[in-house]
Amino acid sequence: MRFITPYKRAHDLGAARRGTAEHVALSTSGWALAIIVPVFVFILARTLGSGFEGVRATFSNPFVAIVTALFLVVGLLHFARGARTPIEDYTRGFLTEALILIAGGIAWALMATGLYALARLAL
Amino acid sequence: MAEPGQRNRPLSPFMIGSAYRLQMTSASSFGIRAAGLAQIAGIALFVAWLLSATISQECFERVNWLATSWLGWLVWILSAWAVWFHFLGGLRHFIFDQAKMMEIRTAERLGWAMYIGATVLTVLTIIVAVV
Repeated sequence: MRFITPYKRAHDLGAARRGTAEHVALSTSGWALAIIVPVFVFILARTLGSGFEGVRATFSNPFVAIVTALFLVVGLLHFARGARTPIEDYTRGFLTEALILIAGGIAWALMATGLYALARLAL
Repeated sequence: MAEPGQRNRPLSPFMIGSAYRLQMTSASSFGIRAAGLAQIAGIALFVAWLLSATISQECFERVNWLATSWLGWLVWILSAWAVWFHFLGGLRHFIFDQAKMMEIRTAERLGWAMYIGATVLTVLTIIVAVV
């Protein structure tokens, strides 16, 4: 077992190959989500169980539609980026690369689907 | 870049149990990762539910039946807890990034605050949803 990382594996962009930009991007999207998420959670909590017409009316409201769009875009980009951390820590090799692609694919698919549904309801 | 193939290193978390006792600081660090990943389930249910409202009333009623069944409510409530836990953990990271409140006793209290705070905020969310 080697417990010490050779310097050349750690310098420049580091083992995750993205350097400090990764931390900065997660922090800035985190600050945005600290505002967006509480608003979205309480809107969703109020809307659940309100029936077909109620749900359509809620998400056609401009404020609700904009907050939901921000939640989907910022939140799922934060997910795709943040999921890399445990994947890179707990897996190795091909599995790491595959799981990063799968996590990103799920995030982008949910973002596109959610924005499409939102556009249909709000416009 | 270093050459590939240097794989004779232990894979995390290799110390828990054998040489390291799980404690609040590591439990909250592990928890924020798990809570972040788990949120994808709630978001998937939300997107499916939102999409169904654009297709037809019949389609919406089916998805809404699932989303408001006991299983649906379980997903929503666990998601709410995961959201609030990850939210509080993120705020803790912003504090730690300023190199503040890093004494062990303080860091452990912040960990407890995440577990208790997430539970309180989840109860508050349920009250807002039901009342």
